[in-house]
Amino acid sequence: MSENFRSTETKFLDKTNRISFKYNGKKYYGYKGDTLASALLSNGVHLIGRSFKYHRPRGIMTCGSEEPNAIVQIGGNGSFTEPNVRATEQEIYEGLEASSQNCWPSVEFDVGGINNFISPVIPAGFYYKTFMWPKKLWYSLYEPAIRLSAGLGKSPTQPDPELYDHKHLHCDVLVVGGGISGIIAASISADNGNNTVLIDDKNSLGGSTVYQNDENFKINDEISSSWLDKKIEELKNKHNLTIKNRTSVAAYHGYNYLLARENFADHKPLDERLNKLRQRLWKIRAKKVILATGAIERPLIFNNNDRPGVMLASSVKKYIDFFGVRCGDKNIIFTNNDTAYETAISLNKKGIEVTVIDIRKNSSSALVKTTQDAGIKIYWNHTIVNTSGYRRIKSIEIMEMSEDGTNVVGKKTSLICDNLSISGGWTPMVHLFTQSGGKLRFRDADQVFLPNTAMSDQISIGSCNGDFELDDIIKNTISECKNFLSASVIDYDLLKVSCPKQNESKIIWLLPNDKPLGKTKPFLDFQNDSTAKDIKLAMREGFKSIEHVKRYTTTGMGTDQGKLANMHALGIISETAGVKMGSLGTTTFRPPYTPLTFGTIVGRNVGTFFDITRKTPMHDWHKDHKAEFENVGQWKRAWYYPKKIESMHQAVQRESKAARESAGILDASTLGKIDIKGTDASEFLNRVYTNAWSKLGIGKCRYGLMLNEDGMVYDDGVTTRLSENHYLMTTTTGGAANVLSKLEDYLQTEWPELDVWLTSVTDHYATASVCGPNSKNILKKLFPNIEFNDENFPHMSFKNAELDGINCRIMRISFTGEHSYEINIESKYGKSLWEKCMDAGKKFNITPYGTETMHLLRAEKGFIIVGQDTDGTMTPSDLQMDWIVSKKKYDFIGKRSLYRSDTMREDRKQLVGLLTDNPSEILEEGAQIVQDEKKQPIEMLGHVTSSYFSPNLNKSIALAVVKNGKNLKGQKLLVPMKDKTINVTVSDFIFFDSKNERLNA
Amino acid sequence: MFIINCPFCGERDQSEFSAGGEAHIVRPKQPTELTDDEWADFLFMRKNIKGIQFERWNHSHGCRKWFNVIRDTSNDKIHAVYKMGEKPPSN
Repeated sequence: MSENFRSTETKFLDKTNRISFKYNGKKYYGYKGDTLASALLSNGVHLIGRSFKYHRPRGIMTCGSEEPNAIVQIGGNGSFTEPNVRATEQEIYEGLEASSQNCWPSVEFDVGGINNFISPVIPAGFYYKTFMWPKKLWYSLYEPAIRLSAGLGKSPTQPDPELYDHKHLHCDVLVVGGGISGIIAASISADNGNNTVLIDDKNSLGGSTVYQNDENFKINDEISSSWLDKKIEELKNKHNLTIKNRTSVAAYHGYNYLLARENFADHKPLDERLNKLRQRLWKIRAKKVILATGAIERPLIFNNNDRPGVMLASSVKKYIDFFGVRCGDKNIIFTNNDTAYETAISLNKKGIEVTVIDIRKNSSSALVKTTQDAGIKIYWNHTIVNTSGYRRIKSIEIMEMSEDGTNVVGKKTSLICDNLSISGGWTPMVHLFTQSGGKLRFRDADQVFLPNTAMSDQISIGSCNGDFELDDIIKNTISECKNFLSASVIDYDLLKVSCPKQNESKIIWLLPNDKPLGKTKPFLDFQNDSTAKDIKLAMREGFKSIEHVKRYTTTGMGTDQGKLANMHALGIISETAGVKMGSLGTTTFRPPYTPLTFGTIVGRNVGTFFDITRKTPMHDWHKDHKAEFENVGQWKRAWYYPKKIESMHQAVQRESKAARESAGILDASTLGKIDIKGTDASEFLNRVYTNAWSKLGIGKCRYGLMLNEDGMVYDDGVTTRLSENHYLMTTTTGGAANVLSKLEDYLQTEWPELDVWLTSVTDHYATASVCGPNSKNILKKLFPNIEFNDENFPHMSFKNAELDGINCRIMRISFTGEHSYEINIESKYGKSLWEKCMDAGKKFNITPYGTETMHLLRAEKGFIIVGQDTDGTMTPSDLQMDWIVSKKKYDFIGKRSLYRSDTMREDRKQLVGLLTDNPSEILEEGAQIVQDEKKQPIEMLGHVTSSYFSPNLNKSIALAVVKNGKNLKGQKLLVPMKDKTINVTVSDFIFFDSKNERLNA
Repeated sequence: MFIINCPFCGERDQSEFSAGGEAHIVRPKQPTELTDDEWADFLFMRKNIKGIQFERWNHSHGCRKWFNVIRDTSNDKIHAVYKMGEKPPSN
């Protein structure tokens, strides 16, 4: 049974609520309110994981989100598991299972630990330098081996079963951070009538003051913690203040737009979480923002400063004062400033042995005096040169520092310890401030970056603004908030604050050692295992910018994003390069502040909510008739209708033959439809299409080609003149929305004088396209009152009609080359129209066909599909469609570009047909086309854009774009594939009925 | 994510809008008269300024109207919003 290190009573834990949990398979106990870290420490467990690169044993270092080492896998296998969770943030719950990461076979004995002993041969940039040659070994040997040993936790192998959510939040004032300054700010804000939200990432408010029981810190003659307790109680009664605990601001964007993750479930047992919300992402728009994000204690950088048992001094204080857990029985505190003495005093009060090592020569702070009065031994002007203890620190060696602090002198003294609390001063958390566009300034005295100019309506208060002493924090918080909020109601004007003033700290980024740097391991980034040595190596190799040094050494690139030691990296660079630290700048602080799960980011947009699905009015019929569907943009389109055991190929061949031999029917409802009205409608069409429109008679249809201003084909479709000033334009399915925006753009910005009105009617009409030699007979049955002869109803014309009393429009147009009609009807009658067509076509074997057959039939005719046979680099001339470009019109969109030197080049890629020498061989769409396989480098002439086996021609056909294709008819070319080379011949791209005789058959 | 004051609808989230590039590039009335270089200048050349930039925006998930915005690209501050065809405000 493990020893119990819970030594003192604490009001912050619920001692009546004992909780069992498992860590690495072993059962432990803690109390409600414990974090996994505090519970493990109370059981004497310090060794948590292995480091990333050298697999060195690592323990708990901090008590918050900055934790670099104690990151664990939560949950067993399967879907509820989560990697890289900070043990210092994870609250324990009954049945919690956690395990160490990055170690094999166990954290106690890890094979990868060998890396620690070969570390001299794996310096920064090792992987970049070593695995370059030979290239072919990369895939087979290097990459699999590196991947096996890299990475921290394991990803879940099953879909995430938990629920996530997004919600918007608007408020007058948002306060980020629930420490003493955040609490005062929120209280002032709410008292002055502002709708206020206070966000804090812990499960209760109060920051570090809430467990500050030191007599030295008093507010209105009361110990600071009890004064704050009352204030927190008062907050709960303010009706216009919302407090969000367990909520972490991830990002702070411009215009006071913030993203925050609220955690509802991670502290609850699994059975209480089922079907409940796990996390919510708040999208916050605040009129004003007050940042009170606090500061993080800095470590000290010395040889072997990474052993389990080495912790931040302020964290050791929190463990004893808040969680009642002692982190060791023989504590040594190593510091360069006065705040660490608070930890010494706290430990001493609990009767725990403690010694202090201070790199300064002395300090007159009241804290130091209290420490000395308690009989605690202080080694002034000393530094640690080495530590020992593999799975937990056992002893340290200290030496006196030289006069200037750059060296060590005298004899080594060895001290026994089981905990080493280190403190290198404080770093204000300016992450959110800089994310919002704020600029920093550098304060030389204690070498900190502080908020300077803000981009949005915000202030920073408290220690994130560089105030580290209680009286300054309170005084400045009150005055800043008063100004910022123009507050008149202030309860705090008469506060009396007393606290010990602190002496200057002594900052040495890399502490001196008796051994050369090359023989030591002073860790900077504990998670990524980069040392001061690596930084210096990078600089010797020529890296100067902090951004480059960061990437080369991976300093600050772990899941903790270098919250602890980025400042030390900067400090060492500036010392080595001999430049002022403030002039180096910082690396960029990017969101999120702490990692977000993918679940939180996507919220409800999973499964069927991932994207909108658009279905045609006939969708259910297709489904009932076993259609396979194809996604076209957001549309579900019937792809083909397999019968019983038919393959796709068999179904498409059957459908294609039927459409040409008797009758086929296609659901064309997805085609974009734009209703165009206005006295200038004809002129408008003249300007947007390449061909002429003024002379199109009422009741006639015309195919149009639309270009971009750069002369490239953008869209195509048939437009019908319904009446004098009324047209119905159709567009491609995928292009509908873009075409409408483009037309609106021209109308609103270039030609506002035109009287034209555009309305999207894509969803308003359903379209059934009936084609084939028997289409006329079917239409006759449906519309007995209409004359379907060629004089009365010729190809490319339109008629209004009625189907059982319902108005519809019939266009005689064809995308298959067959005699063909498109019937448009109001959407709600779409399915009924389809069923009536099927009924009327029964005796003609009317065959529903899908998009695949449609593509095949039009390819036989050489009709292009914009977006398949074109890719935004094809002009009408490239498509051999010069016939549709009006020579007479003065201007249309893209016209001038057709006469640019580049668009007039003879050797552009041009649309051609391809026939395979072996007629049963089908080319692959996208395959490259070459002439000479042996030429080096091989010249790519073009690629296959459409390819099918034509049942009507009984051979394989393909469309392709080929360089100078217009002049290559009859030319033999090659299509090299992975396992063979296919011989092809360039042909005309109209393969079937080149005289268009079938249109009027 | 900034807030844009649509001249037709008022203040809305940026997510309702789409950007349409540099403003005040007028389509030449007589394109055929232009040399290749002049036409290419209209077609391709756009400014990408760090600082005050004149831009077109479309309230694509709202009124679908195009309008002009004067934005400082270095900090996303919007200095003015005005309708198509209007002159930019002088200050």
